[in-house]
Amino acid sequence: MPSFFVFLRHCFRRELLLSFRKRSEWVNPIIFFVSIVVFVPLGISPDERLLSQLAPGMVWIIALLAVLLSLDSLFQGDYEDGSLEQILVSGQSLYWVVIVKCIVHWLMTGLPLAILSPLLGLMMSLPSEGYLPLIISVFLGSGSLSFIGGIGAALTVALKRGGVLLSLIIIPLYVPVLIFGAGSVNAAVDGYSISGQLAVLGALFSGALVLAPLASAGALRIGLNN
Amino acid sequence: MAQSLIFNNLGFERDERYIFRHLAFQANAGDLVQVVGPNGSGKTSLLRVVVGLLRAEEGTIEWGEKDTDSSSLAHSLLYLGHETGVNYALTALENLRWYFGLNGSKAHSLSEAEEPEMTDEVLVHALNAVGLLGYSDVICHEMSAGQRRRVALARLFVSAAPIWILDEPFTAIDIAGVARLEQQLQAHCSRGGIVLFTTHQTSSLQNIRSLDLADFKPTESSLYGGELDDA
Amino acid sequence: MAWQWFHRLGSPRWFYEKTSPWMLWLGLIAFGLLIFGAIWGLGFSPADSKQGNSYRIIFIHVPASIVALAGYYVMAISGAVGLIWRMKLSFMVMKSVAPIGAALTFASLLTGAIWGKPTWGTWWEWDARITSMLVLLFLYIGVIALQNAYRDRDSADKTCAVLSLVGMVNIPIIYKSVDWWYTLHQPATLKFTEASSIHPSMAYPLLTMILAVYLVFAWLLLTYTRVEILDREKRTKWVADLLKKSA
Repeated sequence: MPSFFVFLRHCFRRELLLSFRKRSEWVNPIIFFVSIVVFVPLGISPDERLLSQLAPGMVWIIALLAVLLSLDSLFQGDYEDGSLEQILVSGQSLYWVVIVKCIVHWLMTGLPLAILSPLLGLMMSLPSEGYLPLIISVFLGSGSLSFIGGIGAALTVALKRGGVLLSLIIIPLYVPVLIFGAGSVNAAVDGYSISGQLAVLGALFSGALVLAPLASAGALRIGLNN
Repeated sequence: MAQSLIFNNLGFERDERYIFRHLAFQANAGDLVQVVGPNGSGKTSLLRVVVGLLRAEEGTIEWGEKDTDSSSLAHSLLYLGHETGVNYALTALENLRWYFGLNGSKAHSLSEAEEPEMTDEVLVHALNAVGLLGYSDVICHEMSAGQRRRVALARLFVSAAPIWILDEPFTAIDIAGVARLEQQLQAHCSRGGIVLFTTHQTSSLQNIRSLDLADFKPTESSLYGGELDDA
Repeated sequence: MAWQWFHRLGSPRWFYEKTSPWMLWLGLIAFGLLIFGAIWGLGFSPADSKQGNSYRIIFIHVPASIVALAGYYVMAISGAVGLIWRMKLSFMVMKSVAPIGAALTFASLLTGAIWGKPTWGTWWEWDARITSMLVLLFLYIGVIALQNAYRDRDSADKTCAVLSLVGMVNIPIIYKSVDWWYTLHQPATLKFTEASSIHPSMAYPLLTMILAVYLVFAWLLLTYTRVEILDREKRTKWVADLLKKSA
């Protein structure tokens, strides 16, 4: 059996290769992110003052939805073509495979969203104090979103039309991340320090990083039982 | 050191009903075992129990000296299921690299340090052996179903795993491919390996042992488990 | 010896037969207490100095909230027991709790709304308690939806067990987050809790109602579980005999 590091290296390599080959899987959430923002002034009001009040929360919500929509493909492909089976049969750790997949998902989805979020902030008249906190909180928060989202993706992997059910399961679990993520941007705009919120976001991420893959790996094993 | 794969009193249940029960069998080194039985008798389920994808309700599997819960068994297995584990977005070579990066050669009693990393040469050689010369850098999406199957079968030419568990391995390959595969199976057994396979097709394999699941179909009374059995 | 008892506990048939004689008594006590407590609280306890008579709804709202939350833990724990010890009965209990818990959560939200209208003039109020209850409702609905999505019972049970456990771990985090969020946005001091020093004449009927709702919950859970047992074991001889006897 290959050593752990050889195994990990191959996992990363494969996930990164797949991400670059299947471009639509990460480009689409970004396009969604940028397009949906047009609904906000159209649906609510183009009034700058109102928009700037809503901006921190709205951008965060849209980012969250973009991540939610991209979770479907996290495990589905490997489940359907038999790769997941092979991983389980090989005796290697499914837990670490999940971690690798979630990290790559985060880098391919959360990171671009974080980088693009100032653009949305601009379109929604986000006050200047909010930009940096927005980038940082979306980057940090989307990590948790990828890992927690992995649980939902794993639980629904064996279902044909798991998409909406996946979102339904994950939404309550995303509440803390949203509260502290949007909360940090709101606090910054109001002139308060955000170190507390960022610390909590960091804690949520650490917890999700370590614990969520346990649930995800367990759920994948159950899914393969079919 | 020849090891035997022993099934003790295996029973597999699904939806409160036993599919097979009290299954006892011993596969020795060099055995080419075909699992037979009518549809629904649990052939695929048995194979999946052996590789650890499913859990048997009763019984144990022994490999080597002691009872295993498939952790040491996992280190000696090569499995080919209905789905091959070949990713369409990767090239043939990338697929093989990943497979062996995950599994290694599974040669018996090699420590991590001794484990040779599969070089591309070895993998390309394997692809040639299944008739995919020149296809190393072709994305699997652009191959036919038969060619993709062969990418998976190329693993057989590199792996040193003693036990091969193959579920319908002859699917979607042509006559030449079938002949090649049969040759490969016989060679593996003559080297002391064990093969457990199922197939719907007639084959010209020699010296097959048969494991007939109809022998282990539960009778009316042992159909349902339950501590307070009502037989 | 103890192991044997534990093993027997996992037998659905044993469970069904052992609980049969208790159902009638449990039901009578539970519903009796519920009616008694409801009449006492809704009818006879004194009016509140601040809120008048509309506060009486807490005699339903508070017990519903408490048992709704407790129910989720019951669900998660029976899921865990089912996963660890592979006890089918445990999964049946888990499956049975979900709709009961969801109904209780909904009742809590409904009674909360009924309380809110005369007190603050709105049917819905985004305060910490109600928001947390709403998230709990979504957690329950998620489990129910997941249970129904799988045709294979084994997969349905196990995935729901995993989801319930994940939910259980998250509930304290969610509640705390929502609490914190609420303190940022709400300067008002009027909280949605019982008065900090509750008068005994209100406390006793409240405690009675809490106990009553727990008992009703237990009775409902046992009933649903027994039905689930019959459904899952419908092809066995003992169930066929049972149905023949009662026909």
